[in-house]
Amino acid sequence: MTLAEVVLVLAWIGVTAYAVLAGADFGAGFWDLTAGGAAQGRSMRHLAEHAIAPVWEANHVWLIYVFVVLWTGFPRPFAAMASTLYIPLTGVAIGVILRGAAFAFRKSIADGEVDLKLERAFGATFAASSVVTPFFLGTVAGAVASGRVPLGNARGDAVRSWVNPTSILGGTLAVATCSFVAAVFLCVEAEREEPALTESLRRKAIGAGLVCGMVASIGVAVLKADSPQLFHGLTHRGLPLVIVSGLSGLAALVLLRRRQFRPARLSGALAVVAIVWGWAAGQYPDILIGSVTIQDGAGARATLMAVTVAVIAGAVVLVPSLLILFRLAQRGTLGGATNRPVSGTGGACM
Amino acid sequence: MVAADLMAARQQMALSLGWHIVIACLGVGFPALILIAERRANTTGDPLLLALARRWSKALAVLFAVGAVSGTILSFELGVLWPGMMSRFGDVIGLPFAIEGFAFFIEAIFIGIYLYGWDRLAPKTHWWTGVPIVISGTASALFVVAANAWMNQPTGFRVDASGNVVDIDPVAAMFNRALWPEATHMILAAFIVSGFLVASVHANALRKDRTSRHHRAAFTIAFSVAALAVPAQLIVGDWAARFLFHYQPTKFAALEGVETTGDHQPLHIGGLFIDGRVRYGLPIPDGLSLLAGHSTSTVVAGLDQVPADRTPPVAIVRLAFQVMVATGFGLLALGVWFGWCQWRRQALPRSAWFLRLAMLTGPAAVVALEAGWIVTEVGRQPWIVYGVLRVKDAVTDAAGIRVGYWLLLGVYSALTVVTVVVLRRIARSPVDQAVAVVPVP
Repeated sequence: MTLAEVVLVLAWIGVTAYAVLAGADFGAGFWDLTAGGAAQGRSMRHLAEHAIAPVWEANHVWLIYVFVVLWTGFPRPFAAMASTLYIPLTGVAIGVILRGAAFAFRKSIADGEVDLKLERAFGATFAASSVVTPFFLGTVAGAVASGRVPLGNARGDAVRSWVNPTSILGGTLAVATCSFVAAVFLCVEAEREEPALTESLRRKAIGAGLVCGMVASIGVAVLKADSPQLFHGLTHRGLPLVIVSGLSGLAALVLLRRRQFRPARLSGALAVVAIVWGWAAGQYPDILIGSVTIQDGAGARATLMAVTVAVIAGAVVLVPSLLILFRLAQRGTLGGATNRPVSGTGGACM
Repeated sequence: MVAADLMAARQQMALSLGWHIVIACLGVGFPALILIAERRANTTGDPLLLALARRWSKALAVLFAVGAVSGTILSFELGVLWPGMMSRFGDVIGLPFAIEGFAFFIEAIFIGIYLYGWDRLAPKTHWWTGVPIVISGTASALFVVAANAWMNQPTGFRVDASGNVVDIDPVAAMFNRALWPEATHMILAAFIVSGFLVASVHANALRKDRTSRHHRAAFTIAFSVAALAVPAQLIVGDWAARFLFHYQPTKFAALEGVETTGDHQPLHIGGLFIDGRVRYGLPIPDGLSLLAGHSTSTVVAGLDQVPADRTPPVAIVRLAFQVMVATGFGLLALGVWFGWCQWRRQALPRSAWFLRLAMLTGPAAVVALEAGWIVTEVGRQPWIVYGVLRVKDAVTDAAGIRVGYWLLLGVYSALTVVTVVVLRRIARSPVDQAVAVVPVP
């Protein structure tokens, strides 16, 4: 493995974490959006909110991490992608602002005097942006995967680069996958917190899983026609991972049917992880399909080395800190099922 | 690139950074105020101070969340708006951003532990979980400013004959010589802005109810931190200005409005830079030469040293600099007044004017912060990377940036209004309620 590939793997670990954790997070917003009227959807919203609180802040960090490692390690491909895809990326940016802020605001006012109008406005903003943001991110992935991002300053088509069959597939698949992962994650939460919701969430999870499978099947035809290079990669080098992803997805559905939610959650997450790495394998050795390889797109060797050292050193500090957080959370020292923090500061918490 | 789009890209960056810088300052300085209150609560056992620390941490939660999103946007915009810089220099200057990412991650983790840990950790342990927040917040500021400092003093690379960036040394780029004066100035500013902004809120409350122990304690902690940082900031500011005199003479000439190179340069206090000279200002003979080189015969390079297309808009830069310095001295005076009364009789100044003025210190500190930011950013124009790359060569070639700018302007305006509304709700919630949830030790 070359040094450039090591750095890309480090970035891709971030992409994977973002896909699984933010996926669950965005998807919770989707179920929030579809939960129905204020009264009817209240318990669902409460559960979604409860499930998100511990992870949502970290998700911004994954995104920043991925961006920073990419532009440091692969400055030219990064600049090409960001400048060509500025419309969907601006969409993502606005989605991130609205979503993050609305979620924090809704939490922060939840324990004051009840202001339904304000709460509803924040809730709607949060839920809508939870759907829009992954869709735009999916179109960005589709643009890169279908070879529509040429090297250079905004050299690709500003619109057609991300409004095309592969991008639409990417966006749809992103929303569907987020909803599926979230529903599976929420099943586990519901079993513990709100057993009454479990059954409806189980049905939602199965439904979303079937939709994912359907979109992915249609996707095979779309990719074959629209992104021949990626299609070739996915059916050759990436094939084992694609198969693992498909089987894990199926296994998750079976486990959901049998109400084995914890293994289903693991299986669902594995399906996402496998497809993210399958995409990477399918694109290899190009970083921007059809225009530049990982090797040619990489930045200076000294920088690749410095970033690798920085990321590893950072992980050495970070991992113990995360472990402290998880251990405290598991012990119930922080938060806990029925025990919402009295200070009500939940919004910004990990 | 249409000129209007270049302007829109610059406006969008200015808006996002100008917005984030205020919240980021609070992310660095506010946790320290909270830790001071909590520490005093732990040592004195005063439930009132504990209630204060908890209330403040509620506001911090909102601010941190908002700061996280506004910071995320900046990482998008660097690529979206300035691909010409990122593609050529991304690997020169990416390292401090990567390290900053980790510092921010650690800050987020410990803010999580701190906020959720109020009722679940022993008081002493809980206090210690706040310490990494302050350290990593300060480190974040340091590394982000390292990247900005590099734009002022680009090092750690060479441009070869055919214009390629070669011999890249990311560590040398990160530790460029502008780092320490700029980062020190910024971190002190963070404590000043946080202290005065928080003090403003409580000064306002004290005007309505002077007897409130809660607000008096809150005001004293916040105002003290800021008032102590101001004199230090004047010294650091002098250091930063003399740094510019030595290494960025054009920016220095712009912020002092020096047109013609020469010795015995006067210092102009106030006034405006119109048609190549300072008008309506109060001149102090030899003042600038003395400040810059500690001798009246110090030669100060003027704007005449560089072609007109390489000078920043002088009037704006000089005005911003004057505003920053004047505000700094105003804050210093108020701090001295406060310090005198604390020293003589451990109380706030009795005059109603003190609280009126104290109420304005938060907005004033923000004005000084933004003015300082204008000095450093506009003062570097027309360069994005000083002496190496012009802003107009770094901007995206994409059309229609204006649309994105107007959209974001709308979003940021809404975000501002809502942040203020939510923070006011927290500020207005009755203190008793907060005290009631505090387990009496």
